[in-house]
Amino acid sequence: MAASRDGSACMDKHPPGLAAACAAMLRRDLTLAWRRRGDIAMPVLYALIVTMLFPFALGPEDTLLQRIAGGVVLVTVLLAMLLALDAMFSSDIEDGSLEQLVLAPQPLALMLGMKILAHWITTALPLIVIAPLMAAMLHLPGAVIPVLLLALLLATPLLSLLGAVLVALTAGTRRSGMLLALMLLPLCVPAVIFAAGAVAAAQQGLPWLAPIAWLAAALVLAVVLAPLACAAALRIALDA
Amino acid sequence: MNVLQGFLAMGGYAAYVWPAYAVFFIVLVVDTVAPRLRRRRVLGELRARLARQSARQQRTGSTPPTSPSP
Amino acid sequence: MANWIPLWLHKLGSPPTFYRFAGTLQPWATTLALLLGAIALYGGLVLAPADYQQGDAYRIIFIHVPSAWMSMFIYAVMGVAAFIALVWRIKLAEVVAMESAPIGAAFTFITLVTGSLWGKPMWGTWWTWDARLTSELVLLFLYLGVIGLYHAFEDRRQGARAAAFLAIIGIINVPIVHFSVNWWNTLHQGSTVNVFGQSKISGAMLWPLLTMTLATKFYYIASLFRRARTDLLALESGKDWVRRIAEDEAGR
Repeated sequence: MAASRDGSACMDKHPPGLAAACAAMLRRDLTLAWRRRGDIAMPVLYALIVTMLFPFALGPEDTLLQRIAGGVVLVTVLLAMLLALDAMFSSDIEDGSLEQLVLAPQPLALMLGMKILAHWITTALPLIVIAPLMAAMLHLPGAVIPVLLLALLLATPLLSLLGAVLVALTAGTRRSGMLLALMLLPLCVPAVIFAAGAVAAAQQGLPWLAPIAWLAAALVLAVVLAPLACAAALRIALDA
Repeated sequence: MNVLQGFLAMGGYAAYVWPAYAVFFIVLVVDTVAPRLRRRRVLGELRARLARQSARQQRTGSTPPTSPSP
Repeated sequence: MANWIPLWLHKLGSPPTFYRFAGTLQPWATTLALLLGAIALYGGLVLAPADYQQGDAYRIIFIHVPSAWMSMFIYAVMGVAAFIALVWRIKLAEVVAMESAPIGAAFTFITLVTGSLWGKPMWGTWWTWDARLTSELVLLFLYLGVIGLYHAFEDRRQGARAAAFLAIIGIINVPIVHFSVNWWNTLHQGSTVNVFGQSKISGAMLWPLLTMTLATKFYYIASLFRRARTDLLALESGKDWVRRIAEDEAGR
Protein backbone atom coordinates (compact mmCIF):
# COMPACT_ATOMS: atom_id res chain seq x y z
CA MET A 1 0.00 0.00 0.00
CA ALA A 2 1.60 3.30 -1.04
CA ALA A 3 1.01 6.42 0.97
CA SER A 4 -0.20 9.30 -1.13
CA ARG A 5 1.33 12.75 -0.91
CA ASP A 6 -1.30 14.14 1.44
CA GLY A 7 -0.22 11.58 4.03
CA SER A 8 -3.22 9.26 3.90
CA ALA A 9 -2.48 5.60 3.32
CA CYS A 10 -4.25 4.39 0.25
CA MET A 11 -4.22 1.49 -2.16
CA ASP A 12 -2.18 1.62 -5.35
CA LYS A 13 -4.18 3.09 -8.17
CA HIS A 14 -4.05 -0.34 -9.84
CA PRO A 15 -4.67 -3.16 -7.33
CA PRO A 16 -2.61 -6.28 -8.08
CA GLY A 17 -3.98 -8.46 -10.83
CA LEU A 18 -5.31 -11.89 -10.06
CA ALA A 19 -2.20 -13.73 -11.18
CA ALA A 20 0.03 -11.45 -9.14
CA ALA A 21 -2.19 -11.93 -6.10
CA CYS A 22 -2.02 -15.71 -6.46
CA ALA A 23 1.74 -15.62 -6.84
CA ALA A 24 2.05 -13.35 -3.82
CA MET A 25 -0.11 -15.66 -1.70
CA LEU A 26 1.90 -18.69 -2.74
CA ARG A 27 5.19 -16.93 -2.15
CA ARG A 28 4.05 -15.76 1.30
CA ASP A 29 3.02 -19.19 2.49
CA LEU A 30 6.09 -20.90 1.09
CA THR A 31 8.35 -18.30 2.71
CA LEU A 32 6.60 -18.70 6.06
CA ALA A 33 6.92 -22.46 5.83
CA TRP A 34 10.58 -22.18 4.90
CA ARG A 35 11.20 -20.08 7.99
CA ARG A 36 9.96 -23.00 10.04
CA ARG A 37 11.87 -25.61 8.10
CA GLY A 38 11.92 -27.93 11.07
CA ASP A 39 8.18 -28.32 10.81
CA ILE A 40 8.54 -29.68 7.30
CA ALA A 41 10.72 -32.49 8.61
CA MET A 42 8.17 -33.60 11.19
CA PRO A 43 5.68 -35.45 8.97
CA VAL A 44 8.57 -37.06 7.12
CA LEU A 45 10.18 -38.37 10.29
CA TYR A 46 6.81 -39.50 11.58
CA ALA A 47 6.12 -41.44 8.38
CA LEU A 48 9.52 -43.09 8.43
CA ILE A 49 9.23 -44.13 12.05
CA VAL A 50 5.73 -45.53 11.63
CA THR A 51 6.82 -47.47 8.55
CA MET A 52 9.70 -48.91 10.55
CA LEU A 53 7.30 -50.14 13.22
CA PHE A 54 5.63 -52.58 10.87
CA PRO A 55 8.53 -54.97 10.40
CA PHE A 56 9.02 -54.90 14.16
CA ALA A 57 5.38 -55.61 14.78
CA LEU A 58 4.74 -58.15 12.07
CA GLY A 59 8.12 -59.83 11.71
CA PRO A 60 10.62 -59.25 8.93
CA GLU A 61 9.30 -61.96 6.63
CA ASP A 62 9.57 -60.62 3.10
CA THR A 63 6.42 -61.98 1.55
CA LEU A 64 4.18 -60.61 4.28
CA LEU A 65 5.76 -57.16 4.18
CA GLN A 66 5.54 -57.08 0.41
CA ARG A 67 1.81 -57.74 0.50
CA ILE A 68 1.11 -54.90 2.90
CA ALA A 69 3.76 -52.46 1.70
CA GLY A 70 1.58 -50.43 -0.68
CA GLY A 71 -1.26 -50.07 1.80
CA VAL A 72 1.02 -49.23 4.71
CA VAL A 73 2.81 -46.48 2.78
CA LEU A 74 -0.53 -44.98 1.71
CA VAL A 75 -2.07 -45.02 5.16
CA THR A 76 1.11 -43.70 6.77
CA VAL A 77 1.28 -40.81 4.32
CA LEU A 78 -2.41 -40.12 4.95
CA LEU A 79 -1.90 -40.02 8.72
CA ALA A 80 1.20 -37.84 8.41
CA MET A 81 -0.75 -35.38 6.28
CA LEU A 82 -3.57 -35.44 8.78
CA LEU A 83 -1.19 -34.40 11.53
CA ALA A 84 0.08 -31.53 9.42
CA LEU A 85 -3.36 -30.40 8.23
CA ASP A 86 -4.26 -28.76 11.52
CA ALA A 87 -1.56 -26.19 10.98
CA MET A 88 -2.90 -25.06 7.62
CA PHE A 89 -4.82 -22.12 8.96
CA SER A 90 -3.92 -22.03 12.63
CA SER A 91 -1.14 -19.46 12.57
CA ASP A 92 -3.12 -17.22 10.22
CA ILE A 93 -6.14 -17.37 12.46
CA GLU A 94 -4.05 -16.51 15.49
CA ASP A 95 -2.58 -13.36 14.03
CA GLY A 96 -5.74 -12.32 12.21
CA SER A 97 -4.39 -12.48 8.68
CA LEU A 98 -6.98 -15.05 7.69
CA GLU A 99 -9.77 -12.62 8.48
CA GLN A 100 -7.95 -10.04 6.40
CA LEU A 101 -7.88 -12.53 3.58
CA VAL A 102 -11.62 -13.09 3.87
CA LEU A 103 -12.17 -9.34 3.62
CA ALA A 104 -9.74 -8.86 0.74
CA PRO A 105 -11.12 -8.01 -2.71
CA GLN A 106 -9.46 -11.04 -4.31
CA PRO A 107 -11.71 -14.08 -4.67
CA LEU A 108 -11.36 -16.01 -1.42
CA ALA A 109 -11.62 -19.41 -3.09
CA LEU A 110 -8.65 -18.69 -5.32
CA MET A 111 -6.53 -17.38 -2.47
CA LEU A 112 -7.39 -20.42 -0.38
CA GLY A 113 -6.51 -22.60 -3.37
CA MET A 114 -3.06 -21.08 -3.31
CA LYS A 115 -2.76 -21.70 0.42
CA ILE A 116 -3.73 -25.31 -0.08
CA LEU A 117 -1.17 -25.62 -2.85
CA ALA A 118 1.54 -24.19 -0.63
CA HIS A 119 0.53 -26.56 2.15
CA TRP A 120 0.65 -29.52 -0.22
CA ILE A 121 4.08 -28.50 -1.49
CA THR A 122 5.47 -28.26 2.02
CA THR A 123 3.85 -31.34 3.55
CA ALA A 124 2.92 -33.86 0.86
CA LEU A 125 5.79 -33.37 -1.56
CA PRO A 126 8.47 -34.30 0.99
CA LEU A 127 6.40 -37.37 1.86
CA ILE A 128 6.19 -38.37 -1.79
CA VAL A 129 9.96 -37.90 -2.09
CA ILE A 130 10.64 -40.34 0.73
CA ALA A 131 7.85 -42.72 -0.28
CA PRO A 132 10.25 -44.87 -2.34
CA LEU A 133 12.42 -45.21 0.77
CA MET A 134 9.42 -46.27 2.84
CA ALA A 135 8.36 -48.71 0.15
CA ALA A 136 11.86 -50.15 -0.04
CA MET A 137 11.90 -50.67 3.74
CA LEU A 138 8.86 -52.86 3.29
CA HIS A 139 10.29 -54.65 0.28
CA LEU A 140 7.80 -53.35 -2.27
CA PRO A 141 9.00 -54.56 -5.69
CA GLY A 142 10.83 -51.82 -7.55
CA ALA A 143 8.58 -52.04 -10.59
CA VAL A 144 5.55 -51.05 -8.50
CA ILE A 145 7.10 -47.93 -7.02
CA PRO A 146 6.30 -45.64 -10.00
CA VAL A 147 2.63 -46.61 -9.73
CA LEU A 148 2.79 -45.92 -5.98
CA LEU A 149 4.26 -42.49 -6.66
CA LEU A 150 1.61 -41.74 -9.27
CA ALA A 151 -1.13 -42.81 -6.88
CA LEU A 152 0.37 -40.63 -4.15
CA LEU A 153 0.73 -37.71 -6.55
CA LEU A 154 -3.00 -37.87 -7.22
CA ALA A 155 -4.26 -38.90 -3.79
CA THR A 156 -2.30 -36.44 -1.64
CA PRO A 157 -3.65 -33.26 -3.29
CA LEU A 158 -7.11 -34.80 -2.98
CA LEU A 159 -6.49 -35.21 0.73
CA SER A 160 -5.12 -31.68 1.04
CA LEU A 161 -8.17 -30.23 -0.69
CA LEU A 162 -10.71 -32.26 1.26
CA GLY A 163 -8.80 -31.70 4.47
CA ALA A 164 -8.70 -27.96 3.88
CA VAL A 165 -12.50 -27.80 3.79
CA LEU A 166 -12.75 -29.64 7.09
CA VAL A 167 -9.92 -27.66 8.71
CA ALA A 168 -11.74 -24.50 7.68
CA LEU A 169 -14.89 -25.79 9.37
CA THR A 170 -13.05 -26.35 12.62
CA ALA A 171 -11.10 -23.09 12.36
CA GLY A 172 -11.03 -21.42 15.71
CA THR A 173 -12.43 -24.31 17.71
CA ARG A 174 -10.36 -25.52 20.61
CA ARG A 175 -10.71 -29.18 19.69
CA SER A 176 -7.71 -31.33 18.84
CA GLY A 177 -6.84 -33.06 15.60
CA MET A 178 -8.84 -36.06 16.77
CA LEU A 179 -12.06 -34.42 15.65
CA LEU A 180 -10.47 -33.59 12.32
CA ALA A 181 -9.42 -37.23 11.94
CA LEU A 182 -12.93 -38.42 12.80
CA MET A 183 -14.40 -36.19 10.11
CA LEU A 184 -11.73 -36.55 7.44
CA LEU A 185 -10.90 -40.24 7.44
CA PRO A 186 -14.37 -41.52 6.46
CA LEU A 187 -14.42 -39.10 3.54
CA CYS A 188 -10.95 -40.27 2.46
CA VAL A 189 -12.01 -43.89 2.22
CA PRO A 190 -12.72 -43.81 -1.54
CA ALA A 191 -9.35 -42.18 -2.29
CA VAL A 192 -7.54 -44.78 -0.21
CA ILE A 193 -9.47 -47.61 -1.87
CA PHE A 194 -8.59 -46.46 -5.37
CA ALA A 195 -4.96 -45.60 -4.62
CA ALA A 196 -4.37 -48.90 -2.85
CA GLY A 197 -6.26 -50.69 -5.58
CA ALA A 198 -3.95 -49.28 -8.22
CA VAL A 199 -0.84 -50.33 -6.30
CA ALA A 200 -2.21 -53.79 -5.60
CA ALA A 201 -3.12 -54.27 -9.26
CA ALA A 202 0.34 -53.20 -10.36
CA GLN A 203 1.86 -55.58 -7.85
CA GLN A 204 -0.08 -58.45 -9.35
CA GLY A 205 0.74 -57.45 -12.90
CA LEU A 206 -2.85 -56.48 -13.63
CA PRO A 207 -3.89 -53.27 -15.40
CA TRP A 208 -3.85 -50.39 -12.93
CA LEU A 209 -4.96 -47.48 -15.08
CA ALA A 210 -8.66 -47.55 -14.12
CA PRO A 211 -8.31 -46.70 -10.42
CA ILE A 212 -5.72 -44.08 -11.32
CA ALA A 213 -8.20 -42.54 -13.75
CA TRP A 214 -10.84 -42.46 -11.02
CA LEU A 215 -8.38 -40.73 -8.70
CA ALA A 216 -7.53 -38.19 -11.40
CA ALA A 217 -11.21 -37.51 -12.03
CA ALA A 218 -11.86 -37.04 -8.30
CA LEU A 219 -8.85 -34.72 -8.10
CA VAL A 220 -10.11 -32.56 -10.95
CA LEU A 221 -13.50 -32.31 -9.25
CA ALA A 222 -11.85 -31.45 -5.96
CA VAL A 223 -9.59 -28.79 -7.49
CA VAL A 224 -12.67 -27.00 -8.78
CA LEU A 225 -15.05 -27.51 -5.86
CA ALA A 226 -12.90 -27.75 -2.74
CA PRO A 227 -11.58 -24.16 -2.71
CA LEU A 228 -15.16 -22.90 -3.06
CA ALA A 229 -16.34 -25.18 -0.27
CA CYS A 230 -13.34 -24.13 1.79
CA ALA A 231 -14.22 -20.47 1.36
CA ALA A 232 -17.83 -21.13 2.39
CA ALA A 233 -16.69 -23.19 5.37
CA LEU A 234 -14.27 -20.48 6.46
CA ARG A 235 -16.98 -17.86 6.29
CA ILE A 236 -19.20 -20.03 8.46
CA ALA A 237 -16.45 -20.68 10.96
CA LEU A 238 -15.16 -17.11 11.22
CA ASP A 239 -18.33 -15.12 10.75
CA ALA A 240 -20.08 -16.34 13.84
CA MET B 1 -44.38 -74.77 27.57
CA ASN B 2 -42.95 -76.46 24.50
CA VAL B 3 -44.30 -73.74 22.25
CA LEU B 4 -42.65 -71.06 24.38
CA GLN B 5 -39.37 -72.98 24.43
CA GLY B 6 -39.56 -73.42 20.69
CA PHE B 7 -40.19 -69.71 20.29
CA LEU B 8 -37.28 -68.75 22.53
CA ALA B 9 -34.95 -71.19 20.80
CA MET B 10 -35.57 -69.52 17.44
CA GLY B 11 -34.75 -72.67 15.54
CA GLY B 12 -31.30 -72.82 17.13
CA TYR B 13 -30.40 -69.25 16.28
CA ALA B 14 -31.40 -67.80 19.65
CA ALA B 15 -27.85 -66.65 20.36
CA TYR B 16 -28.08 -64.31 17.37
CA VAL B 17 -31.71 -63.28 17.19
CA TRP B 18 -32.30 -62.29 20.79
CA PRO B 19 -29.14 -60.19 21.24
CA ALA B 20 -30.08 -58.41 18.01
CA TYR B 21 -33.50 -57.53 19.37
CA ALA B 22 -31.95 -56.60 22.68
CA VAL B 23 -29.59 -54.13 20.99
CA PHE B 24 -32.55 -52.65 19.13
CA PHE B 25 -34.52 -52.06 22.32
CA ILE B 26 -31.66 -50.94 24.50
CA VAL B 27 -30.37 -48.36 22.00
CA LEU B 28 -33.83 -46.93 21.43
CA VAL B 29 -34.58 -46.82 25.15
CA VAL B 30 -31.33 -44.90 25.71
CA ASP B 31 -32.29 -42.57 22.89
CA THR B 32 -35.68 -42.03 24.54
CA VAL B 33 -34.38 -41.46 28.04
CA ALA B 34 -31.42 -39.20 27.26
CA PRO B 35 -33.47 -36.19 26.11
CA ARG B 36 -35.69 -36.51 29.19
CA LEU B 37 -32.66 -36.33 31.45
CA ARG B 38 -31.30 -33.40 29.52
CA ARG B 39 -34.59 -31.58 29.76
CA ARG B 40 -34.66 -32.02 33.49
CA ARG B 41 -31.11 -30.75 33.73
CA VAL B 42 -31.73 -27.72 31.49
CA LEU B 43 -34.82 -26.67 33.41
CA GLY B 44 -33.10 -27.28 36.74
CA GLU B 45 -30.16 -25.11 35.74
CA LEU B 46 -32.50 -22.42 34.50
CA ARG B 47 -34.41 -22.41 37.78
CA ALA B 48 -31.14 -22.20 39.72
CA ARG B 49 -30.01 -19.29 37.59
CA LEU B 50 -33.32 -17.50 38.06
CA ALA B 51 -33.10 -18.06 41.80
CA ARG B 52 -29.60 -16.59 41.86
CA GLN B 53 -30.75 -13.60 39.83
CA SER B 54 -33.69 -12.86 42.09
CA ALA B 55 -31.48 -13.24 45.16
CA ARG B 56 -29.04 -10.77 43.67
CA GLN B 57 -31.91 -8.49 42.78
CA GLN B 58 -33.14 -8.52 46.34
CA ARG B 59 -29.69 -7.74 47.67
CA THR B 60 -28.89 -4.88 45.31
CA GLY B 61 -32.45 -3.75 44.71
CA SER B 62 -31.81 -3.29 40.96
CA THR B 63 -32.99 -5.27 37.97
CA PRO B 64 -30.24 -7.48 36.57
CA PRO B 65 -30.00 -7.69 32.79
CA THR B 66 -31.42 -10.81 31.17
CA SER B 67 -28.65 -13.30 30.67
CA PRO B 68 -27.79 -14.38 27.12
CA SER B 69 -28.71 -17.88 26.04
CA PRO B 70 -25.83 -20.35 26.51
CA MET C 1 -56.46 -19.56 0.11
CA ALA C 2 -53.23 -21.42 -0.56
CA ASN C 3 -51.53 -18.88 1.63
CA TRP C 4 -52.29 -20.75 4.82
CA ILE C 5 -49.61 -23.39 4.17
CA PRO C 6 -46.62 -21.04 4.04
CA LEU C 7 -48.19 -19.00 6.84
CA TRP C 8 -48.52 -22.08 9.01
CA LEU C 9 -44.98 -23.13 8.25
CA HIS C 10 -43.76 -19.67 9.03
CA LYS C 11 -45.55 -19.68 12.37
CA LEU C 12 -44.13 -23.09 13.09
CA GLY C 13 -40.65 -21.69 12.78
CA SER C 14 -41.21 -19.70 15.95
CA PRO C 15 -39.76 -21.62 18.88
CA PRO C 16 -42.66 -21.33 21.35
CA THR C 17 -45.18 -22.31 18.67
CA PHE C 18 -43.13 -25.29 17.64
CA TYR C 19 -42.66 -26.23 21.29
CA ARG C 20 -46.41 -26.41 21.78
CA PHE C 21 -47.03 -28.09 18.43
CA ALA C 22 -44.40 -30.74 19.04
CA GLY C 23 -45.60 -31.21 22.61
CA THR C 24 -49.09 -32.02 21.40
CA LEU C 25 -48.04 -34.38 18.65
CA GLN C 26 -45.25 -36.20 20.44
CA PRO C 27 -47.40 -38.47 22.68
CA TRP C 28 -49.42 -39.51 19.62
CA ALA C 29 -46.28 -40.35 17.70
CA THR C 30 -44.92 -42.33 20.61
CA THR C 31 -48.16 -44.26 21.01
CA LEU C 32 -48.34 -45.05 17.31
CA ALA C 33 -44.71 -46.12 17.31
CA LEU C 34 -45.22 -48.50 20.25
CA LEU C 35 -48.51 -49.85 18.89
CA LEU C 36 -47.27 -50.43 15.36
CA GLY C 37 -44.02 -51.80 16.72
CA ALA C 38 -45.82 -54.31 18.89
CA ILE C 39 -48.02 -55.41 15.98
CA ALA C 40 -45.00 -55.70 13.71
CA LEU C 41 -43.05 -57.72 16.27
CA TYR C 42 -45.95 -60.06 16.82
CA GLY C 43 -46.36 -60.51 13.10
CA GLY C 44 -42.67 -61.02 12.56
CA LEU C 45 -41.70 -63.14 15.51
CA VAL C 46 -44.85 -65.22 15.98
CA LEU C 47 -47.03 -65.21 12.90
CA ALA C 48 -44.53 -65.24 10.05
CA PRO C 49 -43.26 -68.68 9.07
CA ALA C 50 -39.61 -69.69 9.28
CA ASP C 51 -37.60 -69.02 6.15
CA TYR C 52 -36.91 -71.92 3.81
CA GLN C 53 -33.18 -71.22 3.70
CA GLN C 54 -32.39 -69.24 6.82
CA GLY C 55 -34.71 -70.78 9.38
CA ASP C 56 -35.59 -68.49 12.23
CA ALA C 57 -32.43 -66.41 11.96
CA TYR C 58 -34.03 -64.33 9.21
CA ARG C 59 -36.32 -62.75 11.80
CA ILE C 60 -33.58 -60.22 12.45
CA ILE C 61 -34.78 -58.66 9.21
CA PHE C 62 -37.69 -57.07 11.02
CA ILE C 63 -35.37 -54.77 12.94
CA HIS C 64 -32.31 -54.72 10.67
CA VAL C 65 -33.96 -53.49 7.48
CA PRO C 66 -36.20 -50.79 9.03
CA SER C 67 -33.17 -49.52 10.99
CA ALA C 68 -31.11 -49.41 7.80
CA TRP C 69 -33.85 -47.51 5.99
CA MET C 70 -34.10 -45.11 8.90
CA SER C 71 -30.33 -44.54 8.94
CA MET C 72 -30.55 -43.25 5.38
CA PHE C 73 -33.90 -41.52 5.73
CA ILE C 74 -32.77 -39.57 8.78
CA TYR C 75 -29.58 -38.49 7.03
CA ALA C 76 -31.67 -37.20 4.13
CA VAL C 77 -33.91 -35.25 6.52
CA MET C 78 -30.82 -33.96 8.30
CA GLY C 79 -29.35 -32.90 4.96
CA VAL C 80 -32.48 -31.00 3.93
CA ALA C 81 -32.72 -29.32 7.33
CA ALA C 82 -29.01 -28.49 7.16
CA PHE C 83 -29.47 -26.91 3.76
CA ILE C 84 -32.39 -24.80 5.00
CA ALA C 85 -30.38 -23.86 8.08
CA LEU C 86 -27.39 -22.72 6.03
CA VAL C 87 -29.30 -20.85 3.36
CA TRP C 88 -32.07 -19.23 5.39
CA ARG C 89 -30.50 -19.41 8.86
CA ILE C 90 -33.73 -20.61 10.44
CA LYS C 91 -33.08 -21.60 14.03
CA LEU C 92 -35.60 -24.42 13.98
CA ALA C 93 -33.93 -25.98 10.94
CA GLU C 94 -30.65 -25.98 12.84
CA VAL C 95 -32.34 -27.68 15.77
CA VAL C 96 -33.96 -30.33 13.57
CA ALA C 97 -30.69 -31.05 11.78
CA MET C 98 -28.57 -31.29 14.90
CA GLU C 99 -31.05 -33.32 16.92
CA SER C 100 -31.60 -35.75 14.06
CA ALA C 101 -27.94 -36.72 14.09
CA PRO C 102 -27.93 -38.77 17.34
CA ILE C 103 -31.11 -40.59 16.32
CA GLY C 104 -29.62 -41.37 12.93
CA ALA C 105 -26.42 -42.55 14.56
CA ALA C 106 -28.44 -44.82 16.86
CA PHE C 107 -30.23 -46.45 13.93
CA THR C 108 -26.99 -46.82 11.98
CA PHE C 109 -25.41 -48.49 14.98
CA ILE C 110 -28.39 -50.84 15.31
CA THR C 111 -28.14 -51.64 11.61
CA LEU C 112 -24.48 -52.54 11.85
CA VAL C 113 -24.80 -54.65 15.01
CA THR C 114 -27.96 -56.51 13.98
CA GLY C 115 -26.47 -57.02 10.55
CA SER C 116 -23.35 -58.48 12.11
CA LEU C 117 -25.43 -60.80 14.30
CA TRP C 118 -27.34 -61.90 11.22
CA GLY C 119 -24.21 -62.27 9.13
CA LYS C 120 -22.45 -64.63 11.48
CA PRO C 121 -24.89 -67.54 11.16
CA MET C 122 -25.70 -66.83 7.52
CA TRP C 123 -22.37 -65.84 5.96
CA GLY C 124 -20.08 -67.33 8.59
CA THR C 125 -18.47 -63.99 9.39
CA TRP C 126 -19.19 -61.12 11.78
CA TRP C 127 -17.96 -58.57 9.26
CA THR C 128 -16.75 -58.14 5.72
CA TRP C 129 -15.44 -55.13 3.90
CA ASP C 130 -17.91 -55.15 1.05
CA ALA C 131 -19.35 -51.96 -0.39
CA ARG C 132 -22.61 -51.85 1.53
CA LEU C 133 -21.22 -52.61 4.97
CA THR C 134 -18.29 -50.26 4.48
CA SER C 135 -20.45 -47.38 3.28
CA GLU C 136 -22.88 -47.94 6.18
CA LEU C 137 -19.94 -47.78 8.59
CA VAL C 138 -18.80 -44.57 6.88
CA LEU C 139 -22.35 -43.29 7.44
CA LEU C 140 -21.95 -43.91 11.17
CA PHE C 141 -18.68 -41.98 11.18
CA LEU C 142 -20.33 -39.14 9.30
CA TYR C 143 -23.07 -38.93 11.93
CA LEU C 144 -20.47 -38.98 14.71
CA GLY C 145 -18.47 -36.31 12.90
CA VAL C 146 -21.52 -34.05 12.65
CA ILE C 147 -22.28 -34.54 16.35
CA GLY C 148 -18.63 -33.97 17.31
CA LEU C 149 -18.27 -30.85 15.19
CA TYR C 150 -21.50 -29.39 16.57
CA HIS C 151 -20.30 -29.75 20.12
CA ALA C 152 -16.84 -28.36 19.37
CA PHE C 153 -18.04 -24.80 19.09
CA GLU C 154 -18.68 -22.41 21.93
CA ASP C 155 -21.46 -20.69 20.03
CA ARG C 156 -24.20 -23.27 19.47
CA ARG C 157 -25.62 -21.60 16.38
CA GLN C 158 -22.23 -21.34 14.73
CA GLY C 159 -21.55 -24.96 15.62
CA ALA C 160 -24.86 -25.93 14.07
CA ARG C 161 -23.98 -24.15 10.84
CA ALA C 162 -20.55 -25.78 10.64
CA ALA C 163 -21.99 -29.20 11.36
CA ALA C 164 -24.77 -28.59 8.84
CA PHE C 165 -22.10 -27.89 6.21
CA LEU C 166 -20.38 -31.16 7.06
CA ALA C 167 -23.69 -33.01 6.86
CA ILE C 168 -24.29 -31.68 3.37
CA ILE C 169 -20.79 -32.68 2.23
CA GLY C 170 -21.42 -36.20 3.49
CA ILE C 171 -24.80 -36.62 1.84
CA ILE C 172 -23.10 -38.12 -1.19
CA ASN C 173 -22.68 -41.25 0.93
CA VAL C 174 -26.40 -41.95 1.19
CA PRO C 175 -26.94 -42.92 -2.47
CA ILE C 176 -23.67 -44.86 -2.28
CA VAL C 177 -25.05 -46.95 0.60
CA HIS C 178 -28.32 -47.47 -1.19
CA PHE C 179 -26.99 -48.38 -4.62
CA SER C 180 -23.85 -50.18 -3.43
CA VAL C 181 -25.43 -53.59 -3.88
CA ASN C 182 -26.20 -52.75 -7.49
CA TRP C 183 -22.93 -51.06 -8.38
CA TRP C 184 -20.52 -53.56 -6.84
CA ASN C 185 -20.24 -57.27 -6.25
CA THR C 186 -21.21 -57.48 -2.64
CA LEU C 187 -21.66 -60.21 -0.10
CA HIS C 188 -24.73 -58.34 1.10
CA GLN C 189 -27.82 -59.41 -0.82
CA GLY C 190 -29.51 -57.15 -3.30
CA SER C 191 -32.77 -55.37 -2.66
CA THR C 192 -35.78 -57.58 -2.07
CA VAL C 193 -38.37 -54.92 -1.40
CA ASN C 194 -39.21 -52.71 -4.35
CA VAL C 195 -41.36 -49.62 -4.33
CA PHE C 196 -42.30 -50.19 -7.93
CA GLY C 197 -43.00 -53.71 -9.07
CA GLN C 198 -42.88 -57.07 -7.41
CA SER C 199 -41.07 -57.56 -4.14
CA LYS C 200 -39.21 -60.81 -3.76
CA ILE C 201 -40.46 -61.51 -0.26
CA SER C 202 -43.54 -63.41 0.90
CA GLY C 203 -46.57 -61.44 2.05
CA ALA C 204 -46.51 -62.89 5.56
CA MET C 205 -43.01 -61.51 5.98
CA LEU C 206 -43.60 -58.28 4.10
CA TRP C 207 -46.37 -56.79 6.20
CA PRO C 208 -44.52 -56.98 9.54
CA LEU C 209 -41.50 -55.46 7.81
CA LEU C 210 -43.52 -52.55 6.42
CA THR C 211 -45.35 -52.10 9.71
CA MET C 212 -42.07 -51.89 11.58
CA THR C 213 -40.83 -49.38 8.99
CA LEU C 214 -43.82 -47.21 9.76
CA ALA C 215 -43.30 -47.72 13.49
CA THR C 216 -39.68 -46.53 13.29
CA LYS C 217 -40.75 -43.47 11.32
CA PHE C 218 -43.16 -42.53 14.10
CA TYR C 219 -40.45 -43.26 16.63
CA TYR C 220 -38.15 -40.86 14.82
CA ILE C 221 -40.80 -38.14 14.84
CA ALA C 222 -41.42 -38.68 18.55
CA SER C 223 -37.74 -38.73 19.44
CA LEU C 224 -36.98 -35.73 17.24
CA PHE C 225 -39.79 -33.72 18.79
CA ARG C 226 -38.67 -34.67 22.27
CA ARG C 227 -35.10 -33.66 21.57
CA ALA C 228 -36.02 -30.53 19.66
CA ARG C 229 -38.22 -29.29 22.49
CA THR C 230 -35.42 -29.72 25.01
CA ASP C 231 -32.94 -28.07 22.65
CA LEU C 232 -35.25 -25.10 22.17
CA LEU C 233 -35.51 -24.75 25.93
CA ALA C 234 -31.74 -24.64 26.15
CA LEU C 235 -31.27 -22.26 23.22
CA GLU C 236 -34.02 -19.86 24.27
CA SER C 237 -33.42 -20.08 28.01
CA GLY C 238 -33.23 -16.33 28.34
CA LYS C 239 -36.72 -15.84 26.97
CA ASP C 240 -39.88 -15.43 28.99
CA TRP C 241 -41.74 -18.38 27.58
CA VAL C 242 -38.99 -20.72 28.72
CA ARG C 243 -38.90 -19.09 32.11
CA ARG C 244 -42.60 -19.69 32.53
CA ILE C 245 -42.23 -23.34 31.63
CA ALA C 246 -39.38 -23.77 34.10
CA GLU C 247 -41.47 -22.21 36.85
CA ASP C 248 -44.53 -24.26 35.95
CA GLU C 249 -42.60 -27.50 36.12
CA ALA C 250 -41.08 -26.56 39.45
CA GLY C 251 -44.57 -26.16 40.83
CA ARG C 252 -45.51 -29.71 39.90
